[in-house]
Amino acid sequence: MARMVTTRNKVISTAAAWLVGFLIFFPILWMVLASFKTELEAFAIPPSFLFFHWTTENYVTVQERSDYFHHALNSIIIAGGSTLIAMLIAIPAAWSMAFSPTKRTKDVLLWMLSTKMMPPVGVLVPIYLIYRSFGLLDTRAGLIFILCLGNLPIVIWMLFTYFKEIPKDILEAARMDGATIGRELIYVLTPMAVPGLASTLLLNLILAWNEAFWTLNLSTLEAAPLTVFIASYSSPEGLFWAKLSAASTLAIAPILVLGWFSQRQLVRGLTFGAVK
Amino acid sequence: MGQITLQGVQKSFGPVHIIKGADLDIADGSFVVFVGPSGCGKTTLLRLIAGLEDVTGGAILIDGRNVVDVPPAKRGLSMVFQSYALYPHMSVRGNIAFGLKMAGVARDEINRKVEAAAATLNLTPYLDRKPRELSGGQRQRVAIGRAIVREPKAFLFDEPLSNLDAALRVQMRLEVTRLQKQLGTTAIYVTHDQVEAMTMADKIVVLNGGKIEQYGSPLELYEKPANLFVAGFIGSPKMNFVTGELAKQQGATTIGVRPEHLKVERNGQGGWHGTVSVAEHLGSDTFLYVDAGPQGMLTARYIGELDLHPGDKVSLIPDPARIHRFDDSGKSIRA
Repeated sequence: MARMVTTRNKVISTAAAWLVGFLIFFPILWMVLASFKTELEAFAIPPSFLFFHWTTENYVTVQERSDYFHHALNSIIIAGGSTLIAMLIAIPAAWSMAFSPTKRTKDVLLWMLSTKMMPPVGVLVPIYLIYRSFGLLDTRAGLIFILCLGNLPIVIWMLFTYFKEIPKDILEAARMDGATIGRELIYVLTPMAVPGLASTLLLNLILAWNEAFWTLNLSTLEAAPLTVFIASYSSPEGLFWAKLSAASTLAIAPILVLGWFSQRQLVRGLTFGAVK
Repeated sequence: MGQITLQGVQKSFGPVHIIKGADLDIADGSFVVFVGPSGCGKTTLLRLIAGLEDVTGGAILIDGRNVVDVPPAKRGLSMVFQSYALYPHMSVRGNIAFGLKMAGVARDEINRKVEAAAATLNLTPYLDRKPRELSGGQRQRVAIGRAIVREPKAFLFDEPLSNLDAALRVQMRLEVTRLQKQLGTTAIYVTHDQVEAMTMADKIVVLNGGKIEQYGSPLELYEKPANLFVAGFIGSPKMNFVTGELAKQQGATTIGVRPEHLKVERNGQGGWHGTVSVAEHLGSDTFLYVDAGPQGMLTARYIGELDLHPGDKVSLIPDPARIHRFDDSGKSIRA
């Protein structure tokens, strides 16, 4: 028997869902609101919710004091670059593991995942020293390299599960139809894998954009992405809530917009393979 | 032309011997069915012929040429998969045309051939649909269309009908047989369903444990099974086997009688006496499962309706001309 859905239940569950959604979103909303307040109003008690003096001067100050566009460009280059390189390495890797697995394939996959279980701080000192010796500190290349390395296991795992979902029969049908490996890739496999590739790309982009541990520790100014830009507002100047909020809003805006437009793809990607 | 010859074909996966040396001659234009229980190696044998697996030993000749080192596409065969294996992102037209496109056929000719194939298979109204918008039977037809459009030397069917429901299976069975006769192309068809084997095949290959048990026409297999396995596998309901004293009297270790060759008599004289334990009334036939004491459980088939019920006493009289005799090793004894 189907479960009874009464109007009252519907209203209650809808209201509850909105409440939970609002609670989750509230910190972001509060940050955005605070970024339009003056410093005084930003930590006034009781706080004013909407009726305060709206101002954009925080944004102007933030851009003047520390070059937002410089950091945003770094973020784009570092997140984009590390994602692209990770995909280039991961696609063939996941491909071979999914379609011509050997006895050790499972072990390799687990070993790769196990590298993510180690806390990054455990290798901070050696990595820092290596970077210093090779002149990679505060360079975009250095950050691209470390983020790419850090995300590779996840990217390979995701792509592996996507490729695994493609029935072997279809590839064999293509072989019977006379497709060479190259044409099989172009005409059969890639079109079937596009949704998987897209959500992997997107997730990796978001992970790389938000990564704060390595970017904060290995860059200071030249290569510093938006994470460093936000962090610079928290300590040295005391607590300037309004400016910190403005900086944070600016930093998360691009990824928030990207995430909003691709949420359907992302959700599909993250739950892919859960049910047949 | 599509004459296929197997010479001592072997296949092992590591230490496991799947095919233990198969010799077979498939005449051009014939419809050959590989049948056997699951795990008997029938699909593996088909995949070896297709080139999707490499042989461990032996030779596969297509029109006299050994093709063991030839890639699948160059063997001139096409295959219909159990899962259909359609390209999900392509339309029906794209699916059927794919092989021709890969072969570099001119666009006009591709269109002409695809449309001809679609017309043969009643797929014309669906040419621009995607596979997910089709029913199971239609998908199956697209898979067949993809195979026929390339005008191969032979079709390879890997249990193509097992995903369809019973009614559709019977219909598709007819369509596939008719199409094969119409095109006159050699076909190798793998199934575990012996009814499909009997109805479709010109010749049947019965496989068991990686070995060919018998190769012959459906009626040969039915009338002259080479051994116990074939005798038990071909025919439905299964052949009755009786061992012991009764078999010895006939000079055999085991004797076999098909259910349809047992005459049923109520309280009759002679034959084997027993008690009906289950009676299945199909109208056209009556199947009796009879507990015959020392002879064990026997199955009898009566054409038409027979008013018998559990508990009734019957005697079963085997047709003396239709008793199959088998020796110690299970081989058939021919008089």
